[in-house]
Amino acid sequence: MKFFTILGSYLKMIKGMFTKAENAKMYWKELMTQSVEIGYGALGIVCIISIFMGAVSTIQTAYQLTSPLVPKETIAQVVRDTVILEFAPTLVCIVLAGVIGSKIAGELGNMRVSEQIDALEIMGINTKSYLIAPKILGALITIPLLVVLAMVLGIYGGRLAGSLAGIIATDTFDRGLISNFTPKNVWFSILKGYTFAFIISSISAFYGYNVKGGALEIGRASTTAVIVSCVLILIADFVLSFFLL
Amino acid sequence: MIEIKDVRKSFGDKEILKGVNAVMETGKTNLIIGTSGSGKTVLQKCLVGLYEVDAGQIIFDGRDLTTMAQEDRKELRQQIGMLFQGSALFDSMTVEKNIRFPLDMFTNWSSAKKLARVNDVLARVELEGVNKRFPAEISGGMMKRVGIARAIVLNPKYLFCDEPNSGLDPQTSLVIDKLIHDITVENNMTTIINTHDMNSVMEIGENILYLSQGEKEWEGNSHDLIFSTHDKLNDFIFASAFLKDAKDMRTLELRGIVDNDRNMGDILDGTEDLVMKNADFTDNKQVNQ
Repeated sequence: MKFFTILGSYLKMIKGMFTKAENAKMYWKELMTQSVEIGYGALGIVCIISIFMGAVSTIQTAYQLTSPLVPKETIAQVVRDTVILEFAPTLVCIVLAGVIGSKIAGELGNMRVSEQIDALEIMGINTKSYLIAPKILGALITIPLLVVLAMVLGIYGGRLAGSLAGIIATDTFDRGLISNFTPKNVWFSILKGYTFAFIISSISAFYGYNVKGGALEIGRASTTAVIVSCVLILIADFVLSFFLL
Repeated sequence: MIEIKDVRKSFGDKEILKGVNAVMETGKTNLIIGTSGSGKTVLQKCLVGLYEVDAGQIIFDGRDLTTMAQEDRKELRQQIGMLFQGSALFDSMTVEKNIRFPLDMFTNWSSAKKLARVNDVLARVELEGVNKRFPAEISGGMMKRVGIARAIVLNPKYLFCDEPNSGLDPQTSLVIDKLIHDITVENNMTTIINTHDMNSVMEIGENILYLSQGEKEWEGNSHDLIFSTHDKLNDFIFASAFLKDAKDMRTLELRGIVDNDRNMGDILDGTEDLVMKNADFTDNKQVNQ
């Protein structure tokens, strides 16, 4: 029963975002602010985890492919497909759920507790469309871009680690990268990026917007937002892979 | 003018407002007073539309908020200014941006005109030169003033203040009270203040509504309050022995029994006697009853 109550409130929140903007210029400004905060704010961590995740997958793949019958190019193929299909969208988005999700939930929770949301409501502003919609749109714009960046950096990290560790030469790695390449995988990964971006931003906004109480509840809401987002990302990952691959 | 007609509000099984009736007059400071849990915050939130009432009417100059379409309600809200207990300033914005925010959202004015208006209201609340400071960098009293400035920047017809003096020292509280009162008179606004601050009640209570357990128990002004024989109200307002004595003294003074020129220094240092007219404690006791 509680599940349906929460789902109902969530859907009501989403529906409440679709109203005419009081001032389109202010909404645009807010969208740009959120895009910068979400995208640029998470850029550093995405770069670091992407490079290391690619590097580690190269080393571990090489460690497991011991048979001399398997060509070295296979390492690059495995790294490429793993990074594109799973690591870049899913792993990065799980990290982003922590970074961006807790930020969104914390920010909205603080605004709720300190009556800033009430202040906006009393001014006649639809807070769902002014505060939540730009965050969701900002995430939908920037997170798929971060996923693409993670793909590139992950593969580059794998190539770099393979070369530095003497596992695979760069030209062999490059040959492996282009052999049996399926462009559909990239589109599939970007689709995952959009799905996960919506999950992270809307779930976090939902828990932050509906905080009741004080500082302790803001912390709880952030934690719940991150946990629920991560679980939903994993479920969505399974569903998308099951139906689209 | 805001008319409150038989307003009821419950949360679950708990009935918070049990049919409140009142009239909040234009150009006056209307105070809602009551103990914690009496329903005054819920009433104020119903008045501004943050809570939907279960029954009753809230009529803003002939327009009933409870039956209003969403668009009309949004329009009405642009005529409402509100000062929150914790000021509710946007902490990521400077003082200037906080005050400018309603102008950015609802006007097409030029930047220069907006800045001029921001500076005007800052001057009105005696806070010139703090434009670039963030809320975290100013004192509680200054935050309240910025909150007032933001609330009046669009020249609202209705001003709501929730515990404007909470967390402030008595002197700053008086300044804030005076400011709210003066702004109300200058702009002929309908001002509604939630408070349990005794100073505010006595200083600016032009129309006082006393709530107890969700019901209107008493209505009057600060003058009526002095002579009130309502036990519950007296126990709430004049809670301490000191305040009870002050009420007695003020009653004697207003009845012309005692002269008090607010210069007790002369009396205390012995250069002047306290003048008792018709000094008769029997009369005093009768007044108290």
